[in-house]
This record gives sequence, structure tokens and C-alpha cells, in this order.
Amino acid sequence: MSNAPFQFAGDASQPEESLTVLGVLNDSAKRLIQNVQDYFFLAVRSLANIFSGPYYIQDLLDQMDGIGVGSLPIVLVSGFFIGAVMVLQTGAQFTRFGQTALTGDVVALALVRELGPTLAGILVAGRCASGIASELGAMLVTEQVDAMRAMGTDPSRKLVTPRVLGTILVLPLLTALMDFIGLIGGCAASVLSLRLDVVQFWTRAVDALEFADIMQGMTKPLVFGFILATIGCYKGLTVRGGTQGVGRATTQAVVLSSVLIIVSDTFLTKLALFLSDKIF
Amino acid sequence: MSLPPTNGGFQPPAIAFEHVRIAFDEGDILRDVSFRAMPRETLVLLGETGSGKTLSLKMAAGLLKPSAGRVTVLGHHVESMPERELLDLRREIGFVFQEGALFDSMSVGENVAYRLREERADEDEIDARVKEALRFVELEHTQDMLPSELSGGMRRRVSIARALISRPPVVLYDSPTAGLDPVTSQTIITLILRLRDIYGVTALLATHRLQDGFALANFSFDADSKKVVRMSDAPAGASALDHAATRFVVLREGLVYFEGGPDELAGTSDLYLQRFLI
Repeated sequence: MSNAPFQFAGDASQPEESLTVLGVLNDSAKRLIQNVQDYFFLAVRSLANIFSGPYYIQDLLDQMDGIGVGSLPIVLVSGFFIGAVMVLQTGAQFTRFGQTALTGDVVALALVRELGPTLAGILVAGRCASGIASELGAMLVTEQVDAMRAMGTDPSRKLVTPRVLGTILVLPLLTALMDFIGLIGGCAASVLSLRLDVVQFWTRAVDALEFADIMQGMTKPLVFGFILATIGCYKGLTVRGGTQGVGRATTQAVVLSSVLIIVSDTFLTKLALFLSDKIF
Repeated sequence: MSLPPTNGGFQPPAIAFEHVRIAFDEGDILRDVSFRAMPRETLVLLGETGSGKTLSLKMAAGLLKPSAGRVTVLGHHVESMPERELLDLRREIGFVFQEGALFDSMSVGENVAYRLREERADEDEIDARVKEALRFVELEHTQDMLPSELSGGMRRRVSIARALISRPPVVLYDSPTAGLDPVTSQTIITLILRLRDIYGVTALLATHRLQDGFALANFSFDADSKKVVRMSDAPAGASALDHAATRFVVLREGLVYFEGGPDELAGTSDLYLQRFLI
């Protein structure tokens, strides 16, 4: 592969397609490794660009507005009802033991540590990873990315870094809002369904949270934002097959980023629990 | 190979391809291609669809790297240049894409101004030069319109305005008249003639329409009368120079099948080449 960004052609050393089972597996493995390498190359470049100019501040602000403000309605509505449904589910169990007062603890811990970051990540991935992949894919197939390069602009700086950085910056904010609205939804459900007192719910919810929980809940979105934006950019900038390819890349971007968010969440949780034991 | 006359001294080519090969998964597209374009010369790349014309232009701009061989543009070996240096070199090259490749989220004016804004030029200067470039392609009134509101021919003209905004010494045209009606095609060719004869650019023009190449070879733009005139009617002295300054390269099966001037091509008895002449 050449060192030109997003240029995945022109390599004469491509192996010929093999027709044996072993050969097909071998070719697939090589392609997979090549794709992972290209992805890491793009992901590292997207962050390395932060340390040197030129900077595209207006593009960054546009992306933050589009990703952050644009995702606000779905995050808020989903957060409210997730908090409410958690109270309904856990409250039903706590009622059996006469411990409904613990509902606030459970909802706060689950939302702040786990559900808030993960669901915000998946919701934003559904909306923005697809948007990024389709926008960049459309630009690629209509030669706008080539036109940008032809006019002396590095697309990784102009297109990728503002999207990646913008998502990383706004996803923790969206997560915090989702946590807060989720607690309001949980509070509303506990008052209306479990007849809990508002002050009791909030006191227990706030007391249950420790600094380590908030750190965990605010660190995860940084990683999730990075994953969904880089996957969206990578899928968009490696589109093949015209407009049909754009559709395929859009779907792949959502599926892959959602799965990677869930998988990475497991490891991040383990890491956070380990660190909280050692540090806090 | 016939080259345009020089002033006696050695003049390096503006664009040179030396034994260039480019391959993809499906095989070699260009196997061994060599040609040169001297300063102010227009080289018309002819060939069927898939013969590697667009690839050649993209390699000249450093957008693609050859698998083997050397591509030299304005004295730089683009095949071995890192992307960061290529970005600087591309400011010296205008590229007119086949479908225009205008940024669809920007207005026509913003598209044309793009390169100057990247160079952090003064806004007053940008405004003046955008107007001048749009006036050149006779589309001043479209400055605030979006590309989606323009016809195909108008989009190509805006693309030409965008390419010439920084007055590059080299312009690459990728099938600028493909899919256009004859009248609009003529307008585009006239613009290319004006760009050549007023600014003296070196050009690579990829096309499968021979008449575009002959129009460039046989006509010139007279800046005084602001009209397109036949070479034979042009002022004495200019005709011979301009006539020699348009040459043809025909690509076939990854190789240069023909290279020469318009007269050689028009008088050819080769059956394959004659297919282009019909």
C-alpha cells in the first residue's frame, strides 16, 4: 500500500486468488490483517493530527454541533425511559423483600457506571457512525475526497480529525445528560409506581455514587466516541462499489461500532474496577 | 517524438512518465507507459474506457502511486514524494474531474474559493479572485448557488474556475466533455483554449472524443478580439508554435499505441486509430 492516505489500490504485489480451502482462508486472513492495519493507521493519524497544524476549528465546531446537539433528543428521550424501566424492573424485585428504598442506589449505579455510557455510545453510533460513513462514502465515490487532496488538503485533517475529536468531546457530555435524565425518569417511575418519596430516591441515588463510579462513567464515553467515529470514518473512506457500497459501508459502520462498544465495555469495566481498587 | 520549439536551450518537461506501470487486484492497467509534456504544451490522452487515462492523470497529481516507473511533474518525482510534500506540489496543479467533483455542501463561490481559503488568503482578495474566475467561465451569477442547482455543463465550468483560481502552471482535465451535449462541449473546449492561450498552462487532457483534441490543435483564442480563431487565421508566428503545442497519446492495452501530432493522427492508416477518427 502506498503512503497516500486512503489509497488502497495500486499495489502490484497482491497475491492471486487461491481456489483451495486453505488458500481462501489464507487470502481472507491477509485481507483482514490488511484492513485492521489500515484502520489503525487511520485511527492513529486522526489523533496525531491534533499535535500539528493546519487546524480546522470551524469543522470541529460544526461536527460537535451536528453530533452533540443533533443527538440530544434521542439521548434524552431514551435516557428518561431507560431510567424509568430500570425502576419498574428492579422495584418489582425489591418489593418482594420490602427494600424498595434501594431502587435509587441501583438505578444510579447502573446508569452512571454502565447503561449511560454504553447506551449513549450505541445510540450515537446508530445515528452518527452511519452518518459519518455515508457522508464520507458519498464524498469518496463522487471524487470529492480526491478533489480535496488535489487542492492540497489532507483529508485526514479536514474530514477525519474534526469528526473523531468532535465525537470524543461531546459523547461524555451526552452521557452525563443521559445519566441525569435517566435518574429523573427513574425518580418519576419510583414516585408514580413504587410510591417512593422524591427526596428519598435522590438522596439514596446520590449517596450511592462514589468518585470512582463517575470516573468510570465519564472515561468510557471517550473510548466509545473514538471507536464509533473512527469506524465511521474508516468505513466511509474505504467504500467500494459506488452508491451500493455506500449503503453497505453505512450498515457495517453501525454494526461494527456497536459491537466494538459492547466488547470494549467489558474490558474497560474490568480495568476501571481494577484501578478503583488500587487507587480509590 | 516532435516537441514544441524551444529557445535553443534545454527545457525540462513539465510532466514526464517513464516506464510507468500500475496494477490493481484485477491485473495491470498500465504496463509500460512513457510520454512527456513540455511547458505550455497540451497532451491529449486518448483511449477507450478503462485504458488508464484517468489513472494517468491521478498519478500525475500524485493521487495514485505507480507500481513501477517514474512520474515527474514540474521537476518533482511524485512517485516517491511523501503525502505532505505532495500536498504542497498539488497547489501548482489544477485538476478538473470528470463530473466536476464539486463539494456539494458548499456554494459555488465557496467551492471556487476553497484553495485560497486553505492558503489563508485575505478575504477581499479571495472575493475578487473568485469573481474573476467565475467571470472567466461566465458564471458570475451562480456564486451563491449550490452545485446541485447547476446543470452538468455548468458544474464542469465551475470546476474549471476552481482549478484556475490559484493560476497553476499545470492543469489536468479528466474527460471534461464526457456526457455533455455538443454545444456545451464546445463551451468547455473554448474555456480550455482560453486557459491555454491566456495563461499558458501545460495540460494533460484525457478524453475519448478525438474532436476535442483536434479543436485544441486547430484553434486558438485570440485575446485581442476575444474570439476563437483557426490556427491558420492566427497572427503570424503564433500558429506554428501553438500547432506544435498539441500532441496526442493513444493508450491501448496498457501501452502507448500512438504518440504524435494532429497531422500524423489525422493521416494515419492504422485501423485501430481510424476508429477514433470516425
